[in-house]
Amino acid sequence: MAKPKVPGMFKGLGVTFATLLATAKNGADTVQYPHEKETPPIRARGVIALHEDNCTSCMLCARSCPDWCIYIEGHKELAPPRRAGGAPRKVNKLDRFDIDYALCMYCGICVEVCPFDALFWSPEYEYSEPRIADLLHDKAKLGEWMQTVPEAPELEAGAEKKGKK
Amino acid sequence: MIAALLSADLPYWAVSLLRVLGGLVAVLLPAGTVVYLFLFKMLSFMQSRLGPMEAGPYGSMQLFAEVGKWLQKEDIVPASAQPEARIFKMAPLIVLASTFLLVVVVPFGPDAWFTNFETGIFYALAVSSVSVLGILIAGWSSANKYSLLGGLRAAGQLVAYELPMVLAVIGVVIQAGTMNLQEIVVAQNAGSMFGWDGLGNPYVLTQFVAFLIFMISVQAELSQTPFDMPIAESELVSGYMTEYSGFRFLIFFIGEFATAGVFAMIASVLFLGGWGVPFSWFGWTTIDSIDNWMNVAGPLVLFAKMMALVFFIMWIRFSSPRLREDQLQRFAWKVLIPISLVNIMLTAVLKVAF
Amino acid sequence: MTMLGDRQQLAYIAAQAADARVNVELETEGMTLNIGPQHPATHGTLRIIARLDGEQVVWAEPSAGYMHRGYEKLTEVRTFPQVTALVNRIDWLGSFANEVPFILAAEKLMGVEAPSRAQHIRTILFELSRIANVSLFLGDLGVQLGAITPVFFAFRDREYVLNLIEAATGGRFHPNFDRIGGLKDDLPAGFVEETRVVMKKLRTFCDQIEDLLFGNEIFQSRTRGIGVIPKDVALQYGLSGANLRASGVDWDLRRDQDIPMAWNKTEFKVITHPDGDSFARCWVRLQEVRESTKIVDQLLDTIPAGPVMAKVPKIIKVPEGEAWVSTENPLGEMGYYVVSQGDQGPFRVKIRSASFNNISIVPWLLKGVYVPDIITILASLYFILGDIDR
Repeated sequence: MAKPKVPGMFKGLGVTFATLLATAKNGADTVQYPHEKETPPIRARGVIALHEDNCTSCMLCARSCPDWCIYIEGHKELAPPRRAGGAPRKVNKLDRFDIDYALCMYCGICVEVCPFDALFWSPEYEYSEPRIADLLHDKAKLGEWMQTVPEAPELEAGAEKKGKK
Repeated sequence: MIAALLSADLPYWAVSLLRVLGGLVAVLLPAGTVVYLFLFKMLSFMQSRLGPMEAGPYGSMQLFAEVGKWLQKEDIVPASAQPEARIFKMAPLIVLASTFLLVVVVPFGPDAWFTNFETGIFYALAVSSVSVLGILIAGWSSANKYSLLGGLRAAGQLVAYELPMVLAVIGVVIQAGTMNLQEIVVAQNAGSMFGWDGLGNPYVLTQFVAFLIFMISVQAELSQTPFDMPIAESELVSGYMTEYSGFRFLIFFIGEFATAGVFAMIASVLFLGGWGVPFSWFGWTTIDSIDNWMNVAGPLVLFAKMMALVFFIMWIRFSSPRLREDQLQRFAWKVLIPISLVNIMLTAVLKVAF
Repeated sequence: MTMLGDRQQLAYIAAQAADARVNVELETEGMTLNIGPQHPATHGTLRIIARLDGEQVVWAEPSAGYMHRGYEKLTEVRTFPQVTALVNRIDWLGSFANEVPFILAAEKLMGVEAPSRAQHIRTILFELSRIANVSLFLGDLGVQLGAITPVFFAFRDREYVLNLIEAATGGRFHPNFDRIGGLKDDLPAGFVEETRVVMKKLRTFCDQIEDLLFGNEIFQSRTRGIGVIPKDVALQYGLSGANLRASGVDWDLRRDQDIPMAWNKTEFKVITHPDGDSFARCWVRLQEVRESTKIVDQLLDTIPAGPVMAKVPKIIKVPEGEAWVSTENPLGEMGYYVVSQGDQGPFRVKIRSASFNNISIVPWLLKGVYVPDIITILASLYFILGDIDR
């Protein structure tokens, strides 16, 4: 036997009322942001961290950035030779490494192209500034983000383990 | 206490002042409660969120924060509305004035009322349509096409719904035999159903059809969803309110919810027994035998009944989409008015038969 | 025939003008209503110029281009990986689905094919982005028609899907996860379990929306019979996606074409509706969300093991040639015509986005409807401004 047809309007009223009761009982689905915070996933692209020692100022990241928000300046320096008596080595010294987060579109290409593992994603997201110019993070600030970089997550079953990061 | 105040020999200016204060309380208190309880909290809970939580405990001071925000804002008159700036600025006040005119006939207790005259409900229905003028003026003087459409829709809609509302009330008037709201309350609470007077005789039971029609008309009169075509945020961008900002928008906003409260009061007076509890509970028989404390308890009883009705108004508002203007007119003229006419006939026949 | 003198001609013109004036005086004046570029019903900056007679539309025309970002030109000066990051932003609610046809076209030119695990994961993410996109449509539909509650339900449940996409790709809206030859990375552990739970939640969401909105008599009276697109007109205007299927055309690129994706390994119904009105379009979309959750469930069971990246050189140079690949995106058929001249970047990319074709029917459809129905029709056609204006 078919159930008696409830008019659609009353069904709708039922849905909202059920949600009202559920919210009163179980609490809301929303997060009261400044008081409680969600943890973003490990892979979340929050902010780019710079491991300065690895950077050779090769400019690959700056060139592959789709909106050119990475600024790099460097100069060559003579470092003491590895072996005693050898010729002094030429190393690239990084003078400036800025990322303008007002321009960045968080695509992650720079992190991917970096051949020396100098750039990492960190899920940190609370770095908004009252002044837009302050969103230009210099290499000291980018270096500080290194502390927040998490380990890469475990992979789902059936994945081939990859050697690098 | 209220009775003592009202019956004491105060000079005319003092009585007037008290009445004005009482009117303000009777309009603003329900409006504030309705906004906080239903618009902020119930709406949020129905959408599985918490609503305002920061201002005061559980966001209870949010409304004051909002009022403060609106008061700070600039009172903008659009350039193309400048020639009629005075009329443009006046429109929200007319809307709010209709609410204040409406509340004066609502009885709050055996002696607690602002005015008590024989044609109370007639007067209430008459002044409730004053707000249409304000809305029409607002829509026209804004010099905005969306506002104009909204204002015209509002006029068409409110006129269409005036009639079913009046016709629904006629059933009650026939049954009570009076147009005086105070006497309608007494008739409901002193009455009995088939000789049993445990509940009195609230007309919501005998006049259920009229009650439904009245509530639908109230929904339309208040332009709440599903009848909010005059406002229609998604098509007319708030209709006649589009060009208003700051204080004048606040007045529209207060007007909307205060009118919801006042109409719910009138509905509970007409159908739910108003301020009264069934007189048989305390052994009262006529209005003169009622104890004086009812003047304090009465407003609370009325308030509770009002809140219950507003809950339904808001519940429907939050869970249904909006009708189209022509569908609404069709619904009013082809469904509601015939039903209410039949209701009047039946009531008259039954009244004569019993 | 005698030649008319100048004077006679002038008199004739004056008489005509007088007639016209009388006509104009007797007629009610029409009104031109600009719906947009800033209007809540246009989800962005679409402008609809409508000529009204009372509340009835006499003539209407959409005017696009307020948000044109020149993607087709931008692609010419960018490398293939950079273009992937750009095309994310075309249909911003279902971003992952934008990448796939572009990547497939590039793969076609290079002659590589992604490993089957990558194809599976691509399809899962594709369907997830469809769910995220269309579930927001279902809520938004309510708002356009005046019901405020559905949109909060939609945002609540879309959030679960976005969390999944973020966990897998790192980006909530702009995943940029596809690479030529496969995917950037494998799925993180726990993704499969979580997705199953979320798919259940979304089916409940569909039930809720159906009870709250689709069953509502007011909703039905607002949408049924409004904006009817007959089958032949739909085909002539080049509609695609749910708009076409709602007109009774059984056409779905997921089923109908052979591309290296995992849809052909699943069982799913292609939903059609014979009516072609606004209700049909909304209903088809609602059912498609349900079908998508089922597709995802099936795919989760059968993810093959293996690598997610084929062997491709580190610096990608696409050989000379032209390729066209289109897929069934949340909004309809989306395709890329990629012309390469052997460089790191494409020489020319033509983007066929679904919304642009879908709104081309608007002038035809809006004639004679009421102002509120404009909103219903626009909402049910479901366009996204980024998809119109690229």
